[in-house]
Amino acid sequence: MYAQMVKSTGKGIKSREEMTDEERQFQDRVDADEKIEPKDWMPEGYRKTLIRQIGQHAHSEIVGQLPEGNWITRAPTLERKAILLAKVQDEAGHGLYLYCAAETLGVSRDELMEKLHSGDMKYSSIFNYPTLNWADIGAVGWLVDGAAIMNQVPLQRTSYGPYSRAMIRICKEESFHQRQGYDIMMKMAFGTEDQKKMAQDALNRFWYPSLMMFGPSDKDSVHSAQSMAWKIKINTNDELRQKFVDQTVPQAEYLGLTVPDENLKWNEETGHYEFTEPDWSEFFEVIKGNGPCNKERLGARVKAWEDGAWVRDGLMAHAEKKAAKVAAE
Amino acid sequence: MSTEWPLWEVFIRGQHGMSHRHVGSLHAPDAEMAIKNARDVYTRRNEGVSIWVVKAADIAASSPSDKGPLYEPSQSKVYRHPTFFDIPDDVGAM
Ligand SMILES: [Fe+2]
Ligand SMILES: [Fe+2]
Repeated sequence: MYAQMVKSTGKGIKSREEMTDEERQFQDRVDADEKIEPKDWMPEGYRKTLIRQIGQHAHSEIVGQLPEGNWITRAPTLERKAILLAKVQDEAGHGLYLYCAAETLGVSRDELMEKLHSGDMKYSSIFNYPTLNWADIGAVGWLVDGAAIMNQVPLQRTSYGPYSRAMIRICKEESFHQRQGYDIMMKMAFGTEDQKKMAQDALNRFWYPSLMMFGPSDKDSVHSAQSMAWKIKINTNDELRQKFVDQTVPQAEYLGLTVPDENLKWNEETGHYEFTEPDWSEFFEVIKGNGPCNKERLGARVKAWEDGAWVRDGLMAHAEKKAAKVAAE
Repeated sequence: MSTEWPLWEVFIRGQHGMSHRHVGSLHAPDAEMAIKNARDVYTRRNEGVSIWVVKAADIAASSPSDKGPLYEPSQSKVYRHPTFFDIPDDVGAM
């Protein structure tokens, strides 16, 4: 979701007999819910997959600031502006917690940045959609942060200590994000006819991209099976998507809005909603770089990085000069 | 040029009377900036009343492989715990 389609480097799960002694001991620790810490022995595949997953998650938090940042100067009231600013600032923090967690695995911050900017590492597909009207900010908080929470809550129990601790911090902050989004949706949906139309329009555009956040079905994926054995993935994509739909449909009903899916219906027997899968060909296009805002988003990140280079270098030079002076005294 | 800013470990005292606790890390060019950044990254919701930052490179840590020699000896010294000693109820609170 925030990390969609992370491919593990392993070729499926090894049986206990195929494992080396170290691998067996490692798997036993994971199975016993012991946390793995940076200096502990870990399989190379575990390390590499985690760098990709945590890195992608971090990039998503950072790029995710852009569609919302677009509305900070256009928020309808000073209060909404202050709230949105705090929310976007939280996302910057989430990105920083996660980059630090990834760095404990032996990748540098600059390497992660380079990989984002070169397109080598991805961020969530959802942030390549535009935020066209104020209700979109409501829909993003409600649906996008809602979907993020679905995925992040179980990840608090992930086997890698620094990742788990970052997730715990993040989850503490997320529920404010979803609630402020729903609060905007209520204002819009219960407002004037035009406001209600904007709310419906936002839901129409964000519904399927939100379902895509969980990634395509991975019930038969060897990558996911390995990640689940390592407890760096806790649920399948389909499980989380279903949970999200089940939770969100009644919330849309409360708002008096219509989920844009003619096939949506409650199944008494399963106790779940039946729903239409998103258009996965659109998802793959967006992942490939052909979504509505891919160029703009990545362009904004590269520009920020390049324009900030003289500040980073200047502060470093100043710090080194100061340290040299202290050493000379 | 472009040297990456060094990594700092951040410790926060959550409330008066408590110890500082490790909360995470961040990059900053020097200690002063590290404290400013720590305030923005780790105390946005009244999480702290005091911040320590330490350069990550200056922290010496025990190695996971020393776990046995370091911590196992204390496992057999059960008499270090008060529950090791049976004191009759008649003695009263102790
Ligand atoms: Fe976030
Ligand atoms: Fe969020």
